[in-house]
Amino acid sequence: MIRLEGVTKRFRSAAGERTALDGVDLEIAAGDVFGVVGRSGAGKSTLVRTINRLERPDAGRVFVDGQEITALDAAGLRTARRRIGMIFQHFNLLNAKTVAENVAFPLRLEGRRGGDVDRRVAELLERLGLAEHGRKHPAQLSGGQKQRVGIARALATEPKVLLCDEATSALDPETTEDILTLLDQLNRELGLTIVLITHQMEVVRRVCDRVAVMKDGRVVEQGATADVFLHPHHETTRAMLAEGEEAFDASVVPAGARLAKLTFRGAATYGPELSRVARSVGVDYSILSGRISRIRGEPYGQLTVAFTGGDAEAAVARLTERGVRVEAA
Amino acid sequence: MFDNVDWTEIGRATVDTLLMLGGSLGLTVVFGVPLGVLLYLSGKGRLAANPALNAVLSFVVNVLRSVPFIILLIVMLPVTVLLVGTSLGVAGAIPPLVVGAAPFYARLVETALREVDKGVVEAGQAMGGTTFQIVVRALLPEALPGILAGATVTAIALVSYTAMAGVVGAGGLGDLAIRFGYQRFQTDVMVVTVVLLLVLVQALQMLGDRLVAAVSHR
Repeated sequence: MIRLEGVTKRFRSAAGERTALDGVDLEIAAGDVFGVVGRSGAGKSTLVRTINRLERPDAGRVFVDGQEITALDAAGLRTARRRIGMIFQHFNLLNAKTVAENVAFPLRLEGRRGGDVDRRVAELLERLGLAEHGRKHPAQLSGGQKQRVGIARALATEPKVLLCDEATSALDPETTEDILTLLDQLNRELGLTIVLITHQMEVVRRVCDRVAVMKDGRVVEQGATADVFLHPHHETTRAMLAEGEEAFDASVVPAGARLAKLTFRGAATYGPELSRVARSVGVDYSILSGRISRIRGEPYGQLTVAFTGGDAEAAVARLTERGVRVEAA
Repeated sequence: MFDNVDWTEIGRATVDTLLMLGGSLGLTVVFGVPLGVLLYLSGKGRLAANPALNAVLSFVVNVLRSVPFIILLIVMLPVTVLLVGTSLGVAGAIPPLVVGAAPFYARLVETALREVDKGVVEAGQAMGGTTFQIVVRALLPEALPGILAGATVTAIALVSYTAMAGVVGAGGLGDLAIRFGYQRFQTDVMVVTVVLLLVLVQALQMLGDRLVAAVSHR
């Protein structure tokens, strides 16, 4: 659905030239929720803006739904943009217009008017739980409601792609969850392809099928969210995942212990694999740190354990046989 | 107490002041808004950034704003005759008033537009809007409170400009104050005209504030 080929973008300022995107290649399949994460300044915001050419790349090509966005003239670009919805961190609503007028705005830009527009607006407001807010102005709404208006507006022209630029970063955790549930639902019900830029790893964990990690204008790692998050290769990914996690102190590791990081996925997460293996090979284990959660609805458990008082290697071999991934901790 | 006050004269002067104000304010808005939009759009990093156009417009605006109004009135005389056929009376005062006020108002419009969140422009672009659509349907409505507040400030500045327009025989309350109140030491005429001007300014400010409040949805 979306393909970036060697996309490069440089910004020139008094301070000199800065490369925001450095030859980025990316492929996003139709119907995916694709996350782009990175620290501020990594180029993720510039990346999403090249998809609807709010930023024009200095080199490289961008394709959306088979159309080369980078090759379009001004009129062609405007038409293409109507099929690419976008929502923003600060919502970017028109404060002077009512909620209903905001949602109707992209339709008005297409020159549509009359009952046709009213029907579409009513349908969108209904779908997004805004039915009773149509005549209010954005200033009268909460942050979460404002973002819902932003989403309704972005969907008005029935786009195939929705770009989300830090769409939950200005919201509290509860509202973030609410908006993510909504995006997830829109993805499933409308088959909408969603590109989501964020610095919040939880957002990716929650809704993204695939993720790309950016650093200094390059994609340093990408893949299925579970693979990237459970077995990160790049130091940036590791560092971002480690934030907010409790690291164990080396002093708690029992003497002579064999440390291992175990990853359980799917149903095995809730199974008694570890206990069974420990019993069968006669080894003890202590859990030093761990997390049991879900990535995009799929359960996983990741534990760092210390094996003591027995044949740790046999335990590792047995666990591996049973589909538990064992890595050095 | 008001021995020198000719109320018919006061009445005519009030009407003249209102006519000059109404005519020049209307035309100031007609010329000032597009000029303000152009100043904004041609500015650095804006939708139609054009440094050369921006520099020229900016220079012209600054020149017009730096000429004292009394000089402008006189310099404009031939142009005024060309435009309205006379340099006298209310009609003769309106061209210099507009030329004096429109650049000032254009700057206020530009400032009001600059205060609109850049995100609004970005959203308009992302939705496939043309520059014209973004200006007319998003930027101007968003900047309307500022544009109206600017019109209020400009209207009040125009009230004091109209006083000077007496120099070209335009009439009006300010002219009366100068000719009778000041030059003939008729303090009562001075008091009456000044009170009327004060009431006018107060009324303009109140009206302006109400309009701004009515269109503000922040």
